[in-house]
Amino acid sequence: MSSVREQPAGGAAARVLSEAMIEEIRGYFPRYPTRQAVTLPALHVVNRELRHVPLQAVVEVAELLELAPAQVQDTLTFYGFFKQDAPHGRTRAWVCRSISCALLGGDDLLRHMCRRAGIQPGQTTPDGKLTLEFAECLGACEAAPCMLAGDTLHKNLTTHKADQFLDGLP
Amino acid sequence: MPDVGATEPVLLALVGRPDSHTRAVYEQAGGYQALRRAVGELAPENVRELVKSSGLRGRGGAGFPTGLKWTFLPQDHPGPIYFCLNADESEPGTFNNRILMEDDPHQVLEGLILSCYATRATTAYIYMRYEYPLAWQRMQAAVDECYAAGYLGRNVLGSQFSLDVYLHRGAAAYICGEETGLIESLEGKRAWPRIKPPFPAVEGLFHKPTVVNNIETVACVKHIVDRGADWFRSIGVPPDPNNPRDPGSFGPKLYCLSGHVERPGCYEAPLGITVRQLIDQFGGGIRGGRRAKAAIPGGISMGLLTADELDCPLDFAGPGRYGCLGLGTAAVVVMDETVSMIDFLENSCQFFEHESCGQCTPCREGTSWALKMMRRIKAGRGRLIDLDLLLEIADSIGIMPGTTICGLADGAAWPIKNAIRKFRGEFEEYIRRTNPQGCHETAPVPALDLVALH
Ligand SMILES: Cc1cc2nc3c(=O)[nH]c(=O)nc-3n(C[C@H](O)[C@H](O)[C@H](O)COP(=O)(O)O)c2cc1C
Ligand code: SF4
Ligand code: FES
Repeated sequence: MSSVREQPAGGAAARVLSEAMIEEIRGYFPRYPTRQAVTLPALHVVNRELRHVPLQAVVEVAELLELAPAQVQDTLTFYGFFKQDAPHGRTRAWVCRSISCALLGGDDLLRHMCRRAGIQPGQTTPDGKLTLEFAECLGACEAAPCMLAGDTLHKNLTTHKADQFLDGLP
Repeated sequence: MPDVGATEPVLLALVGRPDSHTRAVYEQAGGYQALRRAVGELAPENVRELVKSSGLRGRGGAGFPTGLKWTFLPQDHPGPIYFCLNADESEPGTFNNRILMEDDPHQVLEGLILSCYATRATTAYIYMRYEYPLAWQRMQAAVDECYAAGYLGRNVLGSQFSLDVYLHRGAAAYICGEETGLIESLEGKRAWPRIKPPFPAVEGLFHKPTVVNNIETVACVKHIVDRGADWFRSIGVPPDPNNPRDPGSFGPKLYCLSGHVERPGCYEAPLGITVRQLIDQFGGGIRGGRRAKAAIPGGISMGLLTADELDCPLDFAGPGRYGCLGLGTAAVVVMDETVSMIDFLENSCQFFEHESCGQCTPCREGTSWALKMMRRIKAGRGRLIDLDLLLEIADSIGIMPGTTICGLADGAAWPIKNAIRKFRGEFEEYIRRTNPQGCHETAPVPALDLVALH
């Protein structure tokens, strides 16, 4: 894990949670009768800011929530949503591969986009612009095939629209 | 058979209007009058009785009578009682909850507040799947508007009733929609469904009595309080007189239609319309004038109907009579004559292999082996005996045979059972054609070198 290797020799690990992140996480405490229930909200805060959740962040979240790091890590790894070894791209795009999209070319689209971007699903382009993933049903089957990129739902995708999306990535 | 055109849309009445997601537009259309009346004039048990007598059954997939579920809560419990609003909607083919939350979030919230009033819940969590950013934003804005208006918080509308509502975001896992998986996930743990009993109504979230209901279910509650139980029972299908255990299928329903139809979309119609009516009268028929080959009646977990079975009524008892698992989410996915059932089944197996939570060995191993076999068959290395092996897996995983903790495994099994039993000829023909040398092989075969996607 890079976050472990990057520790200053002999010293404590560099802290990765900012004061603002800690404040935001604490803001969730009154909503739930247990601290553990704040696990997912906390992981989402970290992931939004760092685009991944390195092990050091897990340790710090566990401290805040008065849990063992293993408990947070256990929950985190169940979801497969939070990357740990490196940040995902500036844009994270999910291409649906479930049935309604597959019937209208979803699989071909994902293959096409992977080829154009030069990566496999789950990987990030070397320039750090894009992480491409497959998704299971995005709940937008009336607009199949579709893709969720960041907070934007791209409906009725075609290879042409997908190319435009790839060419326009910030 | 209910008349398709007979009812004005109720659940979708505001959808498509400008600013339909705002409190102003919702209230112009009579919104929050039901809440005012209930809190002012009705006791919680009156609302419970009303919902019970309406015959409302849960829209999340299992069709359990809502009023009955609420009566399982312990009487005179010191509290707190929790309400979990299930907005995890992830069943392939299903998107009606998203449309309600995006385009009419106040309808959902009014239904939720009424449901909490009826069940004496004082805290509600809306568990929403991660992939709904717009619904998230609209629901949060609507919650904020409700606090500002005194519909939420301490002493709702000046009454003794207090309620807090919080949104809670998932992290892309289908199993979080299963009610006890949802509860575990909310508690900050892996979403491993719990063995039942105890049912959530007795011991649920944070060990307290908990109600879990679907978004569309609580939206119906709003209209039941508005228009009465008799109105609700005037729509849909009455109980089957020959089946004393059938409580009937009442009320309007949101049908999601996708796949090979001209006009995919979310449509409102009475429970009990047929798949064919949905496709022809709402969906504009099969795309490009082709013929249908098969249709999923209610989300992929429910199995398959053949083209000859499209007169299947979409009520809680209908799809079961055609060998499907049930009505599920009433999400219909249509496949035209060009679709290969081998491709369909591989896609289905891929979904369940990815989404099994891994807790029960029959489900974890069964879904994994089913996918491996389907990939081998598709790659031209299938054996005829594989079809029996697939059926053996399908017949032995799930809560129906009693080998697993939750219903995900039944949902994984049904597409296999229906596809192979209803389309066996196609599977056999494919295997013989693509693997003429090896199709009769019965000894173990080496695994395919799979290029793992993820
Ligand atoms: C694998 C699995 C996934 C489920 N996913 C959902 C879901 O996304 N949304 C939902 O409302 N119900 C889902 N359910 C059904 C819930 O367990 C529960 O029955 C439902 O939320 C109860 O609400 P209702 O009575 O209002 O339908 C799922 C069930 C299973 C077995
Ligand atoms: S049946 Fe499958 S999804 Fe459900 S608890 Fe067991 S392993 Fe998990
Ligand atoms: S199948 Fe792709 S959005 Fe539903």
